[in-house]
Amino acid sequence: MPATDTVIVTEGLTKRFGRVTAVDGVDLAVPRGVRFGLLGPNGSGKTTLVRMLLGLVHPTSGTVRLLDRPMPRGAGAVLPRVGALVEGPAAWPHLSGRDNLRLLDAAGRGSRRRGRRDRVEEVLRRVGLGAVDRRPVRAYSLGMRQRLGIAAALLRGPELLLLDEPTNGLDPRGINDVRELLVELNAAGTTVVLSSHLLSEVEALCTRVGVMDRGRLVLTEDLDVLRAPTGRVLVRTPDPAAVVGLLDGQVVGRDGDELVVRGDDPAELNARLVAAGIAVTGLTAQRRSLEQVVLESTGAGSDQVDGGRT
Amino acid sequence: MIRVELALMLRRRRVWLCWTLLCALPALVAVLLATTRLAPAPGRGGAFLSAVVSNGQLFPAAALALVLPVFLPITVAVVAGDAIAGEASAGTLRYLLARPVGRLRLLVAKLVSVTAFVLLAVLLVTVTGYLVGVAAFGFGPDATLGGGGGIASLSGAVLTPAQLLVRTAGTVAYLALCMLTLGALGLFFSTLTDSPLAAALGVLAVVVTSAVLLPLDAAAAIRTFLPTTHWLAWIDLYRDPVLWPSIRRGALVQLGWISVAFGAAWANFATKDVTS
Repeated sequence: MPATDTVIVTEGLTKRFGRVTAVDGVDLAVPRGVRFGLLGPNGSGKTTLVRMLLGLVHPTSGTVRLLDRPMPRGAGAVLPRVGALVEGPAAWPHLSGRDNLRLLDAAGRGSRRRGRRDRVEEVLRRVGLGAVDRRPVRAYSLGMRQRLGIAAALLRGPELLLLDEPTNGLDPRGINDVRELLVELNAAGTTVVLSSHLLSEVEALCTRVGVMDRGRLVLTEDLDVLRAPTGRVLVRTPDPAAVVGLLDGQVVGRDGDELVVRGDDPAELNARLVAAGIAVTGLTAQRRSLEQVVLESTGAGSDQVDGGRT
Repeated sequence: MIRVELALMLRRRRVWLCWTLLCALPALVAVLLATTRLAPAPGRGGAFLSAVVSNGQLFPAAALALVLPVFLPITVAVVAGDAIAGEASAGTLRYLLARPVGRLRLLVAKLVSVTAFVLLAVLLVTVTGYLVGVAAFGFGPDATLGGGGGIASLSGAVLTPAQLLVRTAGTVAYLALCMLTLGALGLFFSTLTDSPLAAALGVLAVVVTSAVLLPLDAAAAIRTFLPTTHWLAWIDLYRDPVLWPSIRRGALVQLGWISVAFGAAWANFATKDVTS
Protein backbone atom coordinates (compact mmCIF):
# COMPACT_ATOMS: atom_id res chain seq x y z
CA MET A 1 0.00 0.00 0.00
CA PRO A 2 1.54 3.37 -0.94
CA ALA A 3 2.25 5.45 2.11
CA THR A 4 0.09 8.36 0.99
CA ASP A 5 -3.01 6.21 1.29
CA THR A 6 -2.66 6.08 5.04
CA VAL A 7 -3.09 9.22 7.11
CA ILE A 8 -2.27 7.70 10.49
CA VAL A 9 0.22 4.92 11.14
CA THR A 10 1.34 3.95 14.61
CA GLU A 11 3.72 1.11 15.39
CA GLY A 12 4.01 -0.44 18.82
CA LEU A 13 2.77 2.81 20.34
CA THR A 14 3.01 2.64 24.12
CA LYS A 15 2.54 5.21 26.85
CA ARG A 16 3.11 4.62 30.52
CA PHE A 17 2.25 7.17 33.20
CA GLY A 18 4.26 5.89 36.14
CA ARG A 19 3.05 2.35 36.67
CA VAL A 20 -0.12 2.78 34.64
CA THR A 21 0.07 1.71 31.02
CA ALA A 22 -2.43 3.95 29.27
CA VAL A 23 -1.70 2.82 25.73
CA ASP A 24 -0.11 -0.54 25.10
CA GLY A 25 1.54 -1.52 21.82
CA VAL A 26 -1.03 0.00 19.49
CA ASP A 27 -0.55 -0.63 15.75
CA LEU A 28 -3.11 1.56 14.10
CA ALA A 29 -3.50 2.35 10.42
CA VAL A 30 -6.17 4.73 9.20
CA PRO A 31 -6.61 4.91 5.43
CA ARG A 32 -7.26 8.24 3.77
CA GLY A 33 -10.86 9.18 3.16
CA VAL A 34 -12.56 6.94 5.72
CA ARG A 35 -14.68 7.84 8.69
CA PHE A 36 -12.86 6.00 11.41
CA GLY A 37 -14.43 5.35 14.78
CA LEU A 38 -12.20 4.69 17.75
CA LEU A 39 -14.41 2.94 20.21
CA GLY A 40 -13.75 1.90 23.74
CA PRO A 41 -14.95 2.23 27.30
CA ASN A 42 -13.87 5.23 29.38
CA GLY A 43 -10.24 4.94 30.40
CA SER A 44 -9.33 2.58 27.59
CA GLY A 45 -6.65 4.93 26.28
CA LYS A 46 -8.48 6.64 23.43
CA THR A 47 -7.70 10.15 24.56
CA THR A 48 -4.07 9.40 25.33
CA LEU A 49 -3.77 7.87 21.87
CA VAL A 50 -5.25 10.99 20.27
CA ARG A 51 -2.91 13.18 22.34
CA MET A 52 0.06 11.18 21.13
CA LEU A 53 -1.09 11.55 17.53
CA LEU A 54 -1.10 15.31 18.04
CA GLY A 55 2.27 15.38 19.76
CA LEU A 56 0.83 16.63 23.05
CA VAL A 57 1.95 13.51 24.89
CA HIS A 58 5.27 11.87 24.11
CA PRO A 59 5.20 8.10 23.61
CA THR A 60 7.16 5.88 25.99
CA SER A 61 7.99 3.74 22.97
CA GLY A 62 6.77 3.19 19.45
CA THR A 63 6.28 5.60 16.58
CA VAL A 64 3.57 7.79 15.13
CA ARG A 65 3.33 8.92 11.54
CA LEU A 66 0.71 11.52 10.79
CA LEU A 67 0.10 12.47 7.15
CA ASP A 68 3.43 10.81 6.31
CA ARG A 69 5.49 12.76 8.81
CA PRO A 70 6.89 11.46 12.06
CA MET A 71 5.33 12.97 15.18
CA PRO A 72 6.03 14.89 17.29
CA ARG A 73 9.06 15.97 15.19
CA GLY A 74 6.99 16.95 12.18
CA ALA A 75 4.36 18.82 14.20
CA GLY A 76 5.13 22.17 12.61
CA ALA A 77 4.50 20.84 9.12
CA VAL A 78 1.68 18.41 9.83
CA LEU A 79 -0.58 19.97 12.42
CA PRO A 80 -1.69 22.90 10.24
CA ARG A 81 -3.34 20.24 8.06
CA VAL A 82 -5.08 18.62 11.02
CA GLY A 83 -8.12 19.82 12.93
CA ALA A 84 -8.60 18.50 16.44
CA LEU A 85 -11.06 18.36 19.27
CA VAL A 86 -9.39 16.78 22.27
CA GLU A 87 -11.24 15.87 25.44
CA GLY A 88 -13.93 18.45 25.09
CA PRO A 89 -13.81 21.97 23.70
CA ALA A 90 -11.93 24.79 25.43
CA ALA A 91 -11.95 28.52 24.92
CA TRP A 92 -10.81 31.67 26.66
CA PRO A 93 -13.88 32.26 28.80
CA HIS A 94 -13.66 36.06 28.89
CA LEU A 95 -13.86 36.44 25.11
CA SER A 96 -16.70 35.89 22.66
CA GLY A 97 -16.69 32.82 20.45
CA ARG A 98 -15.84 34.97 17.46
CA ASP A 99 -12.87 36.58 19.22
CA ASN A 100 -11.72 33.17 20.40
CA LEU A 101 -11.60 31.88 16.84
CA ARG A 102 -9.87 35.03 15.58
CA LEU A 103 -7.15 34.75 18.18
CA LEU A 104 -6.77 31.04 17.62
CA ASP A 105 -6.52 31.68 13.91
CA ALA A 106 -3.83 34.29 14.53
CA ALA A 107 -1.85 31.96 16.79
CA GLY A 108 0.78 29.75 15.29
CA ARG A 109 3.20 30.18 12.48
CA GLY A 110 2.18 31.23 9.00
CA SER A 111 -1.30 32.37 9.86
CA ARG A 112 -2.49 34.96 7.40
CA ARG A 113 -4.40 38.00 8.49
CA ARG A 114 -6.06 38.22 5.11
CA GLY A 115 -9.38 36.46 5.00
CA ARG A 116 -9.40 35.83 8.73
CA ARG A 117 -12.77 37.44 9.23
CA ASP A 118 -14.27 35.37 6.41
CA ARG A 119 -12.65 32.16 7.63
CA VAL A 120 -14.09 32.67 11.09
CA GLU A 121 -17.57 33.53 9.81
CA GLU A 122 -17.51 30.53 7.50
CA VAL A 123 -16.72 27.97 10.20
CA LEU A 124 -19.19 29.58 12.60
CA ARG A 125 -21.86 29.28 9.95
CA ARG A 126 -20.97 25.64 9.26
CA VAL A 127 -21.45 24.62 12.88
CA GLY A 128 -24.66 26.61 13.23
CA LEU A 129 -23.26 29.53 15.26
CA GLY A 130 -23.39 32.02 12.39
CA ALA A 131 -25.68 34.41 14.25
CA VAL A 132 -23.93 34.15 17.61
CA ASP A 133 -23.73 37.44 19.51
CA ARG A 134 -20.96 39.06 21.53
CA ARG A 135 -21.57 37.15 24.73
CA PRO A 136 -18.39 35.77 26.28
CA VAL A 137 -17.90 32.02 25.99
CA ARG A 138 -18.30 31.83 29.75
CA ALA A 139 -22.04 32.31 29.15
CA TYR A 140 -22.31 29.63 26.44
CA SER A 141 -24.26 26.43 26.90
CA LEU A 142 -22.42 23.12 26.72
CA GLY A 143 -23.79 22.53 23.24
CA MET A 144 -22.62 25.94 22.00
CA ARG A 145 -19.15 25.30 23.37
CA GLN A 146 -19.09 21.97 21.62
CA ARG A 147 -20.06 23.62 18.33
CA LEU A 148 -17.41 26.27 18.88
CA GLY A 149 -14.82 23.55 19.47
CA ILE A 150 -15.74 21.90 16.19
CA ALA A 151 -15.60 25.28 14.44
CA ALA A 152 -12.07 25.77 15.77
CA ALA A 153 -11.08 22.35 14.42
CA LEU A 154 -12.36 23.34 10.97
CA LEU A 155 -10.56 26.70 10.84
CA ARG A 156 -7.79 25.71 8.49
CA GLY A 157 -9.80 23.42 6.23
CA PRO A 158 -7.97 20.34 7.52
CA GLU A 159 -7.31 17.12 5.58
CA LEU A 160 -7.70 15.15 8.75
CA LEU A 161 -10.13 15.74 11.59
CA LEU A 162 -9.37 14.16 14.95
CA LEU A 163 -12.45 14.48 17.10
CA ASP A 164 -12.69 13.19 20.62
CA GLU A 165 -16.34 12.73 21.65
CA PRO A 166 -17.59 15.36 19.17
CA THR A 167 -21.28 15.17 20.10
CA ASN A 168 -20.85 15.42 23.84
CA GLY A 169 -23.35 17.80 25.35
CA LEU A 170 -25.35 18.27 22.16
CA ASP A 171 -29.09 17.76 21.96
CA PRO A 172 -30.49 15.29 19.37
CA ARG A 173 -30.83 18.06 16.82
CA GLY A 174 -27.24 19.11 17.39
CA ILE A 175 -26.01 15.54 17.15
CA ASN A 176 -27.74 15.22 13.83
CA ASP A 177 -26.29 18.53 12.59
CA VAL A 178 -22.77 17.44 13.50
CA ARG A 179 -23.25 14.06 11.83
CA GLU A 180 -24.42 15.68 8.64
CA LEU A 181 -21.52 18.13 8.74
CA LEU A 182 -18.98 15.35 9.20
CA VAL A 183 -20.46 13.26 6.42
CA GLU A 184 -20.41 16.31 4.16
CA LEU A 185 -16.77 17.07 5.01
CA ASN A 186 -15.86 13.44 4.51
CA ALA A 187 -17.53 13.41 1.10
CA ALA A 188 -15.38 16.43 0.21
CA GLY A 189 -12.26 14.42 1.00
CA THR A 190 -11.59 14.99 4.69
CA THR A 191 -10.59 11.94 6.67
CA VAL A 192 -12.58 11.89 9.90
CA VAL A 193 -11.35 10.08 12.97
CA LEU A 194 -13.62 10.21 15.96
CA SER A 195 -13.31 8.55 19.29
CA SER A 196 -16.32 7.75 21.36
CA HIS A 197 -17.61 5.47 24.04
CA LEU A 198 -21.05 5.64 22.42
CA LEU A 199 -21.71 2.73 20.12
CA SER A 200 -24.64 4.43 18.45
CA GLU A 201 -22.41 7.37 17.59
CA VAL A 202 -19.84 5.24 15.83
CA GLU A 203 -22.40 2.95 14.26
CA ALA A 204 -24.29 5.88 12.77
CA LEU A 205 -21.30 7.67 11.36
CA CYS A 206 -18.27 5.51 10.75
CA THR A 207 -17.18 3.27 7.93
CA ARG A 208 -14.34 1.67 9.83
CA VAL A 209 -14.01 0.87 13.50
CA GLY A 210 -11.16 0.33 15.90
CA VAL A 211 -11.97 -1.02 19.34
CA MET A 212 -9.74 -0.21 22.29
CA ASP A 213 -9.68 -2.03 25.57
CA ARG A 214 -7.33 -1.39 28.48
CA GLY A 215 -4.86 0.44 26.28
CA ARG A 216 -4.78 -2.14 23.53
CA LEU A 217 -6.32 -1.94 20.11
CA VAL A 218 -8.18 -5.24 20.11
CA LEU A 219 -9.94 -4.98 16.78
CA THR A 220 -9.82 -2.94 13.56
CA GLU A 221 -12.35 -3.71 10.90
CA ASP A 222 -14.72 -2.21 8.37
CA LEU A 223 -18.16 -1.73 9.81
CA ASP A 224 -19.70 -3.66 6.91
CA VAL A 225 -17.61 -6.70 7.70
CA LEU A 226 -18.42 -6.56 11.38
CA ARG A 227 -22.06 -6.30 10.62
CA ALA A 228 -22.10 -8.95 7.89
CA PRO A 229 -24.94 -11.51 8.12
CA THR A 230 -24.17 -14.27 10.57
CA GLY A 231 -25.72 -16.99 8.42
CA ARG A 232 -28.78 -17.14 10.63
CA VAL A 233 -32.30 -15.90 10.17
CA LEU A 234 -34.60 -14.57 12.86
CA VAL A 235 -38.15 -15.81 12.40
CA ARG A 236 -41.09 -14.39 14.31
CA THR A 237 -44.24 -16.44 14.19
CA PRO A 238 -47.38 -17.02 16.24
CA ASP A 239 -46.86 -20.76 15.84
CA PRO A 240 -43.28 -21.59 16.84
CA ALA A 241 -43.95 -25.28 17.40
CA ALA A 242 -44.97 -25.76 13.75
CA VAL A 243 -41.77 -24.10 12.60
CA VAL A 244 -39.68 -26.32 14.82
CA GLY A 245 -41.53 -29.30 13.39
CA LEU A 246 -40.93 -28.23 9.80
CA LEU A 247 -37.33 -27.15 10.13
CA ASP A 248 -36.12 -29.80 12.53
CA GLY A 249 -32.41 -29.49 13.16
CA GLN A 250 -32.13 -26.06 11.55
CA VAL A 251 -33.58 -24.20 14.54
CA VAL A 252 -30.71 -23.25 16.83
CA GLY A 253 -32.45 -21.01 19.33
CA ARG A 254 -35.85 -20.04 20.59
CA ASP A 255 -37.04 -17.12 22.65
CA GLY A 256 -40.82 -17.01 23.01
CA ASP A 257 -42.24 -16.65 19.53
CA GLU A 258 -38.89 -15.73 18.00
CA LEU A 259 -36.72 -18.44 16.54
CA VAL A 260 -33.15 -18.43 15.32
CA VAL A 261 -32.82 -20.55 12.20
CA ARG A 262 -29.63 -21.57 10.42
CA GLY A 263 -29.72 -20.48 6.77
CA ASP A 264 -28.38 -17.75 4.47
CA ASP A 265 -31.47 -16.94 2.46
CA PRO A 266 -34.46 -15.41 4.24
CA ALA A 267 -36.51 -15.35 1.01
CA GLU A 268 -36.15 -19.06 0.46
CA LEU A 269 -36.98 -19.77 4.10
CA ASN A 270 -40.02 -17.57 3.91
CA ALA A 271 -41.26 -19.41 0.83
CA ARG A 272 -40.91 -22.77 2.63
CA LEU A 273 -42.77 -21.57 5.71
CA VAL A 274 -45.59 -20.04 3.72
CA ALA A 275 -45.86 -23.12 1.53
CA ALA A 276 -46.31 -25.18 4.72
CA GLY A 277 -49.11 -22.81 5.78
CA ILE A 278 -47.22 -21.34 8.75
CA ALA A 279 -48.01 -17.70 9.54
CA VAL A 280 -44.89 -15.49 9.66
CA THR A 281 -45.00 -12.08 11.33
CA GLY A 282 -41.33 -11.18 10.98
CA LEU A 283 -38.28 -12.45 9.18
CA THR A 284 -34.79 -10.90 9.08
CA ALA A 285 -31.25 -12.01 8.40
CA GLN A 286 -29.43 -11.87 11.71
CA ARG A 287 -26.61 -9.32 11.97
CA ARG A 288 -24.37 -8.85 14.90
CA SER A 289 -24.82 -5.44 16.37
CA LEU A 290 -21.72 -3.39 16.98
CA GLU A 291 -22.59 -3.67 20.63
CA GLN A 292 -22.15 -7.44 20.55
CA VAL A 293 -18.87 -7.13 18.69
CA VAL A 294 -17.55 -4.67 21.21
CA LEU A 295 -18.72 -6.60 24.23
CA GLU A 296 -17.12 -9.72 22.81
CA SER A 297 -13.79 -8.01 22.24
CA THR A 298 -13.53 -5.95 25.41
CA GLY A 299 -13.62 -6.62 29.10
CA ALA A 300 -15.01 -4.40 31.80
CA GLY A 301 -14.47 -0.66 31.52
CA SER A 302 -11.27 0.26 33.25
CA ASP A 303 -12.98 2.85 35.42
CA GLN A 304 -14.80 -0.10 36.93
CA VAL A 305 -12.75 -1.40 39.80
CA ASP A 306 -13.48 -5.00 40.66
CA GLY A 307 -11.53 -7.21 42.98
CA GLY A 308 -9.57 -9.62 40.82
CA ARG A 309 -9.92 -10.25 37.14
CA THR A 310 -11.53 -13.47 35.96
CA MET B 1 1.85 34.63 18.77
CA ILE B 2 3.25 37.54 20.75
CA ARG B 3 0.47 39.76 19.45
CA VAL B 4 -2.12 37.15 20.40
CA GLU B 5 -0.67 36.92 23.88
CA LEU B 6 -0.70 40.69 24.37
CA ALA B 7 -4.28 40.89 23.13
CA LEU B 8 -5.27 38.14 25.53
CA MET B 9 -3.57 39.85 28.47
CA LEU B 10 -4.98 43.28 27.79
CA ARG B 11 -8.50 41.89 27.67
CA ARG B 12 -8.31 40.17 31.04
CA ARG B 13 -10.20 41.99 33.73
CA ARG B 14 -7.81 40.63 36.35
CA VAL B 15 -4.90 42.45 34.75
CA TRP B 16 -6.68 45.80 34.86
CA LEU B 17 -7.73 45.15 38.43
CA CYS B 18 -4.11 44.54 39.39
CA TRP B 19 -3.04 47.81 37.77
CA THR B 20 -5.85 49.74 39.41
CA LEU B 21 -5.00 48.41 42.85
CA LEU B 22 -1.33 49.15 42.33
CA CYS B 23 -2.14 52.77 41.54
CA ALA B 24 -4.77 53.10 44.24
CA LEU B 25 -2.44 52.43 47.17
CA PRO B 26 -0.03 55.32 46.53
CA ALA B 27 -2.96 57.59 45.71
CA LEU B 28 -4.52 56.74 49.05
CA VAL B 29 -1.26 57.50 50.84
CA ALA B 30 -0.99 60.80 48.99
CA VAL B 31 -4.47 61.83 49.99
CA LEU B 32 -3.83 60.97 53.63
CA LEU B 33 -0.54 62.84 53.66
CA ALA B 34 -1.97 65.86 51.89
CA THR B 35 -4.93 66.19 54.23
CA THR B 36 -3.04 65.60 57.46
CA ARG B 37 0.40 66.93 56.51
CA LEU B 38 1.69 64.30 58.92
CA ALA B 39 4.67 63.01 56.95
CA PRO B 40 6.78 60.36 58.63
CA ALA B 41 9.99 61.67 60.08
CA PRO B 42 13.04 61.34 57.84
CA GLY B 43 14.45 57.84 58.13
CA ARG B 44 11.10 56.32 59.08
CA GLY B 45 8.21 55.14 56.90
CA GLY B 46 8.66 54.35 53.24
CA ALA B 47 11.57 55.67 51.27
CA PHE B 48 11.12 59.28 50.14
CA LEU B 49 7.87 59.63 52.07
CA SER B 50 9.27 62.26 54.36
CA ALA B 51 10.43 64.33 51.41
CA VAL B 52 7.33 64.24 49.26
CA VAL B 53 5.33 66.64 51.35
CA SER B 54 7.72 69.40 50.39
CA ASN B 55 7.93 68.35 46.74
CA GLY B 56 5.31 66.35 44.86
CA GLN B 57 7.72 65.49 42.08
CA LEU B 58 9.40 62.95 44.34
CA PHE B 59 6.14 61.12 44.86
CA PRO B 60 6.64 58.65 41.95
CA ALA B 61 9.71 57.32 43.74
CA ALA B 62 7.79 57.15 47.00
CA ALA B 63 4.90 55.41 45.27
CA LEU B 64 7.21 52.77 43.81
CA ALA B 65 8.76 52.22 47.22
CA LEU B 66 5.27 51.71 48.64
CA VAL B 67 4.14 49.01 46.22
CA LEU B 68 7.50 47.29 45.85
CA PRO B 69 7.63 45.06 48.91
CA VAL B 70 4.22 43.34 48.70
CA PHE B 71 1.74 44.61 46.13
CA LEU B 72 3.90 44.48 43.06
CA PRO B 73 5.29 40.98 43.74
CA ILE B 74 1.78 39.65 44.34
CA THR B 75 0.38 40.97 41.09
CA VAL B 76 3.38 39.74 39.12
CA ALA B 77 3.11 36.33 40.78
CA VAL B 78 -0.58 36.09 39.92
CA VAL B 79 -0.16 37.11 36.29
CA ALA B 80 3.00 35.07 35.63
CA GLY B 81 1.71 32.02 37.49
CA ASP B 82 -1.30 32.11 35.22
CA ALA B 83 0.86 32.04 32.07
CA ILE B 84 0.98 28.33 31.21
CA ALA B 85 -1.02 26.88 34.10
CA GLY B 86 -3.95 29.14 33.28
CA GLU B 87 -4.05 27.90 29.69
CA ALA B 88 -3.70 24.35 30.97
CA SER B 89 -6.57 24.63 33.42
CA ALA B 90 -8.78 26.36 30.84
CA GLY B 91 -7.88 23.63 28.35
CA THR B 92 -6.72 26.11 25.73
CA LEU B 93 -3.10 24.95 26.05
CA ARG B 94 -3.75 21.76 24.09
CA TYR B 95 -5.47 23.68 21.32
CA LEU B 96 -2.68 26.23 21.09
CA LEU B 97 -0.07 23.47 20.85
CA ALA B 98 -2.17 21.63 18.28
CA ARG B 99 -2.47 24.73 16.08
CA PRO B 100 0.54 24.26 16.20
CA VAL B 101 2.27 26.93 18.26
CA GLY B 102 5.84 25.82 18.98
CA ARG B 103 6.44 25.28 22.68
CA LEU B 104 9.47 27.59 22.83
CA ARG B 105 7.55 30.20 20.88
CA LEU B 106 4.67 29.98 23.32
CA LEU B 107 7.02 30.39 26.29
CA VAL B 108 8.72 33.40 24.70
CA ALA B 109 5.35 34.97 23.95
CA LYS B 110 4.29 34.40 27.54
CA LEU B 111 7.51 35.96 28.84
CA VAL B 112 7.01 38.96 26.58
CA SER B 113 3.45 39.42 27.80
CA VAL B 114 4.56 39.15 31.44
CA THR B 115 7.28 41.70 30.68
CA ALA B 116 4.70 44.02 29.16
CA PHE B 117 2.52 43.62 32.23
CA VAL B 118 5.40 44.39 34.58
CA LEU B 119 6.61 47.39 32.60
CA LEU B 120 3.13 48.84 32.32
CA ALA B 121 2.51 48.23 36.02
CA VAL B 122 5.64 50.11 37.05
CA LEU B 123 5.00 52.84 34.49
CA LEU B 124 1.41 53.32 35.57
CA VAL B 125 2.40 53.58 39.22
CA THR B 126 5.05 56.13 38.29
CA VAL B 127 2.75 58.25 36.18
CA THR B 128 -0.08 58.13 38.70
CA GLY B 129 2.44 58.88 41.40
CA TYR B 130 3.62 61.94 39.55
CA LEU B 131 0.15 63.27 38.83
CA VAL B 132 -1.14 62.60 42.32
CA GLY B 133 2.04 63.91 43.91
CA VAL B 134 2.07 67.15 42.00
CA ALA B 135 -1.62 67.65 42.57
CA ALA B 136 -1.36 67.01 46.29
CA PHE B 137 1.96 68.62 47.15
CA GLY B 138 2.80 70.95 44.27
CA PHE B 139 6.28 71.51 42.89
CA GLY B 140 7.67 72.34 46.27
CA PRO B 141 9.42 75.33 47.81
CA ASP B 142 12.69 74.14 46.32
CA ALA B 143 11.65 75.82 43.12
CA THR B 144 13.54 78.91 44.14
CA LEU B 145 16.58 76.83 44.94
CA GLY B 146 17.26 75.16 41.62
CA GLY B 147 14.90 77.23 39.54
CA GLY B 148 12.04 75.62 37.66
CA GLY B 149 11.12 73.02 40.23
CA GLY B 150 14.54 71.62 41.06
CA ILE B 151 14.72 68.86 43.64
CA ALA B 152 17.26 68.04 46.26
CA SER B 153 18.81 64.61 45.62
CA LEU B 154 19.50 62.30 48.55
CA SER B 155 23.03 63.61 48.53
CA GLY B 156 21.90 67.18 48.80
CA ALA B 157 22.78 68.44 45.34
CA VAL B 158 19.90 69.73 43.28
CA LEU B 159 18.46 67.75 40.37
CA THR B 160 16.79 69.49 37.46
CA PRO B 161 13.42 68.11 36.31
CA ALA B 162 15.15 66.69 33.22
CA GLN B 163 17.63 64.80 35.35
CA LEU B 164 14.82 63.61 37.52
CA LEU B 165 12.95 62.31 34.49
CA VAL B 166 15.97 60.30 33.34
CA ARG B 167 16.45 58.88 36.81
CA THR B 168 12.81 57.98 37.10
CA ALA B 169 13.03 56.19 33.76
CA GLY B 170 16.03 54.33 35.11
CA THR B 171 14.03 53.38 38.18
CA VAL B 172 11.19 52.06 36.07
CA ALA B 173 13.59 49.94 34.03
CA TYR B 174 15.40 48.61 37.09
CA LEU B 175 12.26 47.71 38.99
CA ALA B 176 10.76 46.11 35.92
CA LEU B 177 13.87 43.96 35.72
CA CYS B 178 13.53 42.97 39.38
CA MET B 179 9.90 42.06 38.87
CA LEU B 180 10.71 40.18 35.70
CA THR B 181 12.77 37.83 37.86
CA LEU B 182 9.54 36.93 39.60
CA GLY B 183 7.81 36.78 36.24
CA ALA B 184 10.31 34.27 34.87
CA LEU B 185 10.08 32.22 38.07
CA GLY B 186 6.29 32.31 37.78
CA LEU B 187 6.57 31.09 34.21
CA PHE B 188 8.75 28.21 35.35
CA PHE B 189 6.39 27.23 38.17
CA SER B 190 3.55 27.61 35.72
CA THR B 191 5.00 24.84 33.56
CA LEU B 192 5.25 22.54 36.58
CA THR B 193 1.61 22.57 37.55
CA ASP B 194 -1.82 22.91 36.00
CA SER B 195 -2.94 25.16 38.86
CA PRO B 196 -2.35 28.91 38.40
CA LEU B 197 -2.80 29.40 42.13
CA ALA B 198 -0.05 26.94 43.00
CA ALA B 199 2.33 28.64 40.58
CA ALA B 200 1.58 32.10 42.03
CA LEU B 201 2.05 30.82 45.57
CA GLY B 202 5.35 29.29 44.50
CA VAL B 203 6.59 32.72 43.44
CA LEU B 204 5.46 34.28 46.70
CA ALA B 205 7.19 31.49 48.60
CA VAL B 206 10.43 32.44 46.86
CA VAL B 207 9.93 36.11 47.76
CA VAL B 208 9.19 35.32 51.40
CA THR B 209 12.08 32.88 51.67
CA SER B 210 14.43 35.45 50.24
CA ALA B 211 13.11 38.15 52.57
CA VAL B 212 13.53 35.86 55.57
CA LEU B 213 17.11 34.93 54.67
CA LEU B 214 18.11 38.49 53.89
CA PRO B 215 18.76 39.76 57.43
CA LEU B 216 20.33 36.50 58.61
CA ASP B 217 24.06 36.68 59.18
CA ALA B 218 24.20 32.94 58.59
CA ALA B 219 22.99 33.56 55.04
CA ALA B 220 25.62 36.20 54.34
CA ALA B 221 27.43 33.97 51.86
CA ILE B 222 24.45 33.72 49.54
CA ARG B 223 22.97 37.14 50.28
CA THR B 224 24.17 38.70 47.04
CA PHE B 225 22.37 36.05 45.03
CA LEU B 226 18.98 36.30 46.71
CA PRO B 227 16.39 37.73 44.34
CA THR B 228 15.14 40.42 46.73
CA THR B 229 18.54 41.63 47.99
CA HIS B 230 18.95 44.34 45.38
CA TRP B 231 15.37 45.48 45.17
CA LEU B 232 16.16 48.79 46.86
CA ALA B 233 19.34 49.51 44.91
CA TRP B 234 17.38 51.88 42.64
CA ILE B 235 17.35 54.41 45.46
CA ASP B 236 20.98 55.05 44.54
CA LEU B 237 19.69 56.50 41.28
CA TYR B 238 18.50 59.49 43.28
CA ARG B 239 21.95 60.26 44.61
CA ASP B 240 24.20 62.72 42.87
CA PRO B 241 26.34 61.46 41.33
CA VAL B 242 24.55 58.16 40.85
CA LEU B 243 26.07 55.25 42.75
CA TRP B 244 26.29 52.62 40.05
CA PRO B 245 27.97 49.56 41.69
CA SER B 246 24.98 48.26 43.61
CA ILE B 247 22.64 48.93 40.71
CA ARG B 248 24.94 47.10 38.33
CA ARG B 249 25.32 44.15 40.67
CA GLY B 250 21.57 44.07 41.20
CA ALA B 251 20.85 44.07 37.48
CA LEU B 252 23.32 41.23 36.91
CA VAL B 253 21.78 39.11 39.64
CA GLN B 254 18.29 39.69 38.22
CA LEU B 255 19.43 38.81 34.70
CA GLY B 256 20.98 35.64 36.08
CA TRP B 257 17.73 34.65 37.76
CA ILE B 258 15.73 35.41 34.64
CA SER B 259 17.92 33.28 32.38
CA VAL B 260 18.02 30.39 34.85
CA ALA B 261 14.26 30.47 35.43
CA PHE B 262 13.43 30.78 31.75
CA GLY B 263 15.89 28.00 30.88
CA ALA B 264 14.31 25.77 33.50
CA ALA B 265 10.84 26.60 32.16
CA TRP B 266 11.91 25.67 28.67
CA ALA B 267 13.70 22.49 29.76
CA ASN B 268 10.59 21.35 31.57
CA PHE B 269 8.02 22.43 29.03
CA ALA B 270 9.79 21.24 25.86
CA THR B 271 9.22 17.56 26.60
CA LYS B 272 6.30 17.79 28.98
CA ASP B 273 3.26 15.59 28.41
CA VAL B 274 0.31 17.92 28.06
CA THR B 275 -2.49 15.99 29.70
CA SER B 276 -4.61 18.92 30.80
